[in-house]
Amino acid sequence: MGLKINHKLINNDVANILVNLCPFKAITYDNFKLEINAACKMCKMCVRQGPTGAITFEEDKVETINKDEYKGICVYVDYEFGSIHNVTFELIGKAKQLAKVINHPVYALLIGHDTDEASKQLLEYGVDKVFVYEDELLKDFDMQRYTNCFEDFINKNKPSSILVGATNIGRALAPRVAARFHTGLTADCTKLEMKENTDLVQIRPAFGGNIMAQIINPNHRPQFATVRYKVFDMPKKVDNPTGSIEKIDIDKKWLKSDVTIISVEEKPKQLDISEADIIIAIGRGLKNKNDITMIEELASLLNATIACSRPMVEEGFFDSKHQIGLSGKTVKPKLIITIGISGAIQFASGMRNADSIIAINNDPNAQIFDVANYGIVADLYDVVPKLIKRIKEDETYV
Amino acid sequence: MNIIVCIKQVPGTNNVNVDPETGTLIRDGVTSKMNPNDLFALELGLKLIEKNGGTLKVVTMGPPSANEVIKEAIYMGADSGVIISDRKFGGADVLATSYTLCSGIKTMGDYDLILTGKQTTDGDTAQVGSELAEHLNIPHSANIHNVELIDNKLRYTSNLENRIIVADITMPCLLCADEDINTPRLPSYKRKKEFNDCKELIRTITFEDVEDKDENHYGLKGSPTNVERIFEPDKTKEKEIFDGDSDLLANKTFELLRKHRFI
Repeated sequence: MGLKINHKLINNDVANILVNLCPFKAITYDNFKLEINAACKMCKMCVRQGPTGAITFEEDKVETINKDEYKGICVYVDYEFGSIHNVTFELIGKAKQLAKVINHPVYALLIGHDTDEASKQLLEYGVDKVFVYEDELLKDFDMQRYTNCFEDFINKNKPSSILVGATNIGRALAPRVAARFHTGLTADCTKLEMKENTDLVQIRPAFGGNIMAQIINPNHRPQFATVRYKVFDMPKKVDNPTGSIEKIDIDKKWLKSDVTIISVEEKPKQLDISEADIIIAIGRGLKNKNDITMIEELASLLNATIACSRPMVEEGFFDSKHQIGLSGKTVKPKLIITIGISGAIQFASGMRNADSIIAINNDPNAQIFDVANYGIVADLYDVVPKLIKRIKEDETYV
Repeated sequence: MNIIVCIKQVPGTNNVNVDPETGTLIRDGVTSKMNPNDLFALELGLKLIEKNGGTLKVVTMGPPSANEVIKEAIYMGADSGVIISDRKFGGADVLATSYTLCSGIKTMGDYDLILTGKQTTDGDTAQVGSELAEHLNIPHSANIHNVELIDNKLRYTSNLENRIIVADITMPCLLCADEDINTPRLPSYKRKKEFNDCKELIRTITFEDVEDKDENHYGLKGSPTNVERIFEPDKTKEKEIFDGDSDLLANKTFELLRKHRFI
């Protein structure tokens, strides 16, 4: 399996076309020899767009697994300090939609201590079965112990797909478990769909660029996907929960750990932009750190939380907890007003699910206008003070 | 102590677009750089060596040109570097990438600690560190802010969403450094003059050098995930763009806010 160069068809012209076509500079032509190097990302652009037949994609016959042996869509429960992270419920909502397509049950995997209330709460969202791994030693997250419990769950129940919230814990645990099963994992999916053959269709921004990739895991089970908080909708509770709870007997050897916790300190409640209903996001259009006062004034009039794009953090204008985007937080507010943000996918993928998007930018061609519901083409230094004035005028009326 | 730091060469810009007419991927610019998050891991490692003694090696996987980031790391203070590069390793997803790194690292001798950055700017998956630790069968922890050597164990601080954990971990282990945890040093001019092209200090590992020679574990063949298609993101359908006089625009924005009951 792989790309095959048909050297008979390669001449200077063909080689030049191919070298220039590859977006990853993975095709080289030296001493009349065309080569594909390790920078290849298998986007197959050279196969599709290059001179016909010059580079072809050869598929091997692969041993196929029996997908019918794997049943159920499992949501890993992000559970700490006696409470379940809301991303878990969002994933349960999505899991139910996906399960419906293939008529599979929805499972929840709960690892922790003191789990009775949490199990009941999971059933209220329509989970068919909650699998509970409970022990005093599972109270705090421990990579090895949690991975071992997760492994046992997969071995015994063979779920087809596993969804994990992309929290700090989920982002470290899911790859560890996926690697143990030598299976695929797609991080930070923004969209999930189910094929009738139980292949999970995972969509995420890819190649660090302005592109979405649709990814499948055609010959491995279980299929792992992580999804960030606020990407999917919060589901409603079901009227009559019918699911069951199964507590698993813990084998003490799963609880071995090379990590000894010295102290756990709860952080003071921090600003969490992903919880905000109204957000004003500010970007590179803001020239001067002092101009933040103007944005703060607008934010206080609208009762909004201030967020920003990556360059603002790099410039030192804001702390990284204000940052929206792939390397920051994903937000899903009722309203977001972006000011002076060009809207590269890095940023846009972190806010495109907002109910309403108003974008203010002086460049009519800015990408932010592609995701905005309302675009205001204007210099922020011109329009923002006027907007503040207009809102204040209105307040004096009232 | 012996430390290995994983680094990656990434594109200097993230500007990749799809040509609407041909469907071709277009990447602007040709520059590349060391993944910014790896610099924090490297600085963390260099500080540990300065304090406790030992060696620091860097390892990267990529095309031959990726040796540039190894040179940069050596100019910063790394003792030597390894580049894992082979056509057979191309087209790898997270599983195959981490497995290849594991095979490469196994040829590098004993180590006490492997450090990685949080994530790369071109993949943004933040998974390779965890998967690598699993393949190597060593304990690991992520979101690391600080590491100290105490009584033959490493005491780290891990900063999670709502709490700070201090814990001891046995060696060998792998730790994923968080971002912005230190100020990475600049490459030293003196070291640059001293080591020049670093020829003696950089070793290339190809498929021939790794112990597991089952091609099904590497590159595209060793990658469970397949990219079915790539496409441009949906553009929001309902939309209005307003242009013109700023007084009118300010008023228009005000009306929109009122219409949606935000004022």
